Amino acid sequence: MSQRQEQIRYTRLSGLEPLTITPDLGFVNVGERTNVTGSAKFKRLIAEDRYDEAVEVALQQVENGAQVIDVNMDEGLLDSEEAMTTFLNLIMAEPDIARVPVMVDSSKWSVIEAGLKCLQGKGIVNSISLKEGEEQFLEQARKIKRYGAAVIVMAFDETGQADNAERMVECLSRAHDLLTEKVGFPPEDIIFDPNIFPVATGMEEHNNYSMEFIEATKELKKRFPDCHVSGGVSNMSFSFRGNNPVREAMHSVFLYHAMQAGMDMGIVNAGQLAVYDDIDPELREMVEDVVLNRRDDATERLLDAADKYKGEGQRQEKDEAWREKSVAERLKYSLVKGIDKYVVEDTEEARQNFDTSLEVIEGPLMDGMNYVGDLFGAGKMFLPQVVKSARVMKKAVAHLIPYLEAEKKVGEKKGKVLMATVKGDVHDIGKNIVGVVLACNGFDVHDLGVMVPADKILDEAEKEDVDIIGLSGLITPSLDEMVTVAEAMKKRGMNLPLLIGGATTSRAHTALKIDPQYDAPVCWVKDASRSVDVVRKLASKVNRDEYAKMIADDYEDYRERAANKKKRKPLISIEKARENAFEFDWSKYTPEKPLKPGINVIEDWPLEDLVDVIDWTPFFQTWELAGRYPDILEDEVVGEAATNLFNDAKEMLKKIVEEKWLQPKAVCALVPANRDGDDILLYTDESREEVLERMVCLRQQADKPSANLCLADFVAPADSGVADWAGMFAVTTGHGIEEAKKKLPENDDYSGIMLQSLADRLAEALAEALHAKVRRELWGYADDEDLTNQDLVKEKYRGIRPAPGYPACPDHSEKEKIFRLLDAPGRIGLELTESFAMHPAAAVSGYYFGHPDSKYFVVGKLGRDQVEDYARRKDISLEQAEKFLRPNLDY
Amino acid sequence: MNHLKWHNPERVEKMFDALDNRILLLDGAMGTMIQGEKLDEEDFRGERFADHEDDLKGNNDLLTLTRPDLIKKIHKDFMAVGCDLVETNTFNANRISQADYSLEEVSEEINFEAAKIAREACDEIEAETPDRPRFVVGTIGPTNQTASISPDVSSPGYRKVTFDDLVGTYTEAVRGLLDGGADLLMVETIFDTLNAKAAIFAIEEEFDRRGERWPVLISGTITDASGRTLSGQTPEAFYYSVRHASPTGVGFNCALGADQLKKHIEDLSRVAECLVTAHPNAGLPNEFGEYDQSPEEMAEIVKTYAEDGLVNIIGGCCGTTPAHLEAIGKAIEPFQPRKPKERKAA
Repeated sequence: MSQRQEQIRYTRLSGLEPLTITPDLGFVNVGERTNVTGSAKFKRLIAEDRYDEAVEVALQQVENGAQVIDVNMDEGLLDSEEAMTTFLNLIMAEPDIARVPVMVDSSKWSVIEAGLKCLQGKGIVNSISLKEGEEQFLEQARKIKRYGAAVIVMAFDETGQADNAERMVECLSRAHDLLTEKVGFPPEDIIFDPNIFPVATGMEEHNNYSMEFIEATKELKKRFPDCHVSGGVSNMSFSFRGNNPVREAMHSVFLYHAMQAGMDMGIVNAGQLAVYDDIDPELREMVEDVVLNRRDDATERLLDAADKYKGEGQRQEKDEAWREKSVAERLKYSLVKGIDKYVVEDTEEARQNFDTSLEVIEGPLMDGMNYVGDLFGAGKMFLPQVVKSARVMKKAVAHLIPYLEAEKKVGEKKGKVLMATVKGDVHDIGKNIVGVVLACNGFDVHDLGVMVPADKILDEAEKEDVDIIGLSGLITPSLDEMVTVAEAMKKRGMNLPLLIGGATTSRAHTALKIDPQYDAPVCWVKDASRSVDVVRKLASKVNRDEYAKMIADDYEDYRERAANKKKRKPLISIEKARENAFEFDWSKYTPEKPLKPGINVIEDWPLEDLVDVIDWTPFFQTWELAGRYPDILEDEVVGEAATNLFNDAKEMLKKIVEEKWLQPKAVCALVPANRDGDDILLYTDESREEVLERMVCLRQQADKPSANLCLADFVAPADSGVADWAGMFAVTTGHGIEEAKKKLPENDDYSGIMLQSLADRLAEALAEALHAKVRRELWGYADDEDLTNQDLVKEKYRGIRPAPGYPACPDHSEKEKIFRLLDAPGRIGLELTESFAMHPAAAVSGYYFGHPDSKYFVVGKLGRDQVEDYARRKDISLEQAEKFLRPNLDY
Repeated sequence: MNHLKWHNPERVEKMFDALDNRILLLDGAMGTMIQGEKLDEEDFRGERFADHEDDLKGNNDLLTLTRPDLIKKIHKDFMAVGCDLVETNTFNANRISQADYSLEEVSEEINFEAAKIAREACDEIEAETPDRPRFVVGTIGPTNQTASISPDVSSPGYRKVTFDDLVGTYTEAVRGLLDGGADLLMVETIFDTLNAKAAIFAIEEEFDRRGERWPVLISGTITDASGRTLSGQTPEAFYYSVRHASPTGVGFNCALGADQLKKHIEDLSRVAECLVTAHPNAGLPNEFGEYDQSPEEMAEIVKTYAEDGLVNIIGGCCGTTPAHLEAIGKAIEPFQPRKPKERKAA
């Protein structure tokens, strides 16, 4: 960089994006078409309140290369302040326009001020002058600086408008000095407009106007290199109104010479600038004669020839190739680019291609919006653009609404949903989409907009008597606000379902933070596509309770699991964990002695009894269908597949039962037991003198307020003198499965997997049924138990049956003891492989604990101290213990 | 350029002396510290607002009036770990934000009291460590309305708040902060630059009325992966839009963690003629909206700001505790402050 350049203070303007005027920029094009004094079309659009189209004019200017747009509303019949504000606010919402700085153009100070109050970027004021004297000039300049804008100073002073180079320079030099010295205006923010007057008017004294401008420009740039020179170019060709080719040639020639003199900014019609070299040489020479005032007859010669060039103007061309694509592609393009010009016709075309209007929304339109969402997520679009997309979407949907109404079978609303973006958050795109989708599905949507305080939401909900409240938010503080709304609803004793949605919301946050604050249903809705199903269920008197219960259970499950993994504090030592063991006053407890102690074997358990106690939810999980039985059968997404699968299952189950394909076998034992530390001692007899086996258990080591549990805690300690009991069991429904498989059609994988999955469910059912029999008959501590299948699945009974390899006792190798003591291989033909897997596979084995407070828990992570201790107790090497407990090791 | 004299030239000089020699430490998250206190509705109400009709829980700024002891303690906790500048508890202490609680009438009072509390805290600590001056930063938040964005998607030209509304609101806040004894002002968490321009306008008008000026810091917010402010500006465009205020420092805060924010601070550092400030969040929020970046992790990243010579003032926003600031303070200690670009005279 040369010394000269280094000293230049670049003008730094901004819209949404920066515009630094460096010498390499050459010339700054200021779009002139959004000017009511210069464009009859624009004036008409504003006067007729057709702002949509007026905005389009601004967009064209930017697309045609305007780096700044000039906005002028000086028209006697307009409320210019209001028009300026309205128009600027509108274009600020168009990112493709708002990216460039705005030039606020008016001869009225109040209009300039109104415009400056709308600009977040640094714009330019056009213009101020010394016409009314220094005082007013300085006052306005101070204000402009305070609003943060650059300024154009017109060569006009108390004595009038400057029309020759000398006066232009004198007037503007004075203005420059006042600005820099009295106001502290940065010189780079000063732009001179020495005045461009019409030439070739037929008045001889006008002939040199262009040359005066060019001369003044040269001198001003020499005196004030940091400042710029600008002007309204179209003015010079005023006498050739109606002959655009000649006007364009004049502008081009004028700029060519003025730029060489130092003019570096100009208000031009960005779409209509001829390239100097492309101008017909003959025309160019005649124009040059006029501009440079080279011959006395220049004006006449140009006037004579002008008609010849009429009608050959530059045509505006815009890339409309995207209009050739498929209708879905076109809709996507419109949504991404925020173009609403064709969206109605494209939507109509799409509508005719689909059976229902709803499919248009859920198909191409939502596809387009999802694409917008992806781009936004990837940082390739930013908020104002997305807002524009949402607006196009709304316009498309608006077109479809009459059709949607007509397509609806019955006119009545299915339910009323109140929606709001919570206090402190302005994001509502997602909420609006949900609103549209719900409305399309026949719900009455009452939208409160954004930044809505809790009380207002609830007041409106009560006033409007809605069925459901939906909250939306995108920023993280909104999460807390949603909790506040839930609390407030509880305080008011409300009973409406509460839906939660928005980018930062999550199932986790809803389950852990919001759901516990409110007793009525709370439901997180992942995206707009899920909202219809959820609202339909929650708004239905029939389904609401069941569905709400399902969600509540799901969240409860989630909370339990989260409690185990949430932001783990370091583990506590095993000593500390033992100090925090489950506490119980054994002196006040007498365990029931089993009615049938010792080993019990049950062969050929009736299969039909097991069918009734099957827990179907895991069955669907096996088949990778997500959802709970029985709701899964009605699920919008997987419902049909689930129903078909379920029907096939029932059909095969019928055969399994009728043709006795499988032979259920079970063995269990109830033996005297006492606790020794974290071990359970099983005795050979009630004298409790000889130890039959030592069952080694693991204890939770998480740092938590509740007890650090161990299965051994549910058995009375040896030194308590309490005679306690424990049990173990092994069941299988796998016998006969190999033979049964042979009855299936060959190569029918589906039936094969079906059979295995049903055998697995039957094994679980057998374990559940046997447990019930143990509680009611064999041990007999719960002979009055009367539970439904639902209760069984939910484990609402006394006692537990944990299985080695599962969370409460993760060591699979402990199965070996159970199998040996029960002689499972001998009694029921159930084997254990080297890796402690059961064979046949359709089998369950585990322990029984009958203590009233016994419950399932997750042992979780284990410290090295406990693992070392465990290896000692189990009499295995540390390496072996670590191998068995690998997933639980915390080190 | 501003022709007015500094309000307190001596203190301003002390501050610039310190800034010449080291990176100054701004404090951390007032909101996080308050949250940690697990206050309930009654704490927020105090005696004075016991019968107020609206719920007041969550109105952190109001604690300035109802729990001044707590606010002062938090200021001191941050200074105890080495913070040079403390921000007044006034993020939402403006008429527009307080309208949510029907407490418009106390917004100026909160600003005044908050500056006073911070002033007392600073003076007390400064008396103990006279070689290390502490400064009160009068915090001016964005309000909860946007002047450039329509809250109504179907009516893009609509504005819920005007420039003039904002100027009025900010004027009150500025008056309170200056009367209460702030050493400097900071317009922060700017998601819409037009709001900030209104704040600047209000500040300069107030300076004119008083015939003296205070140093001003301006800090924007890059809200998402697009790398723009909520109202759509790039970091460079943002700087050009506020440069007319001749700020003492310009920077970014909130929304992003130090990791994600760095790129934008670099952009700013490249073009800014004034000092550069940064106060990032403690990482990005997890799914509960909590910030769980540890002090060590955060300090490790912030250290690279200092290493690369990007900043003059560094602090913390959401989720940052005294432990974070202590770790950051240690991490940046060996490094020199950024040298502002000289604006060559023409």
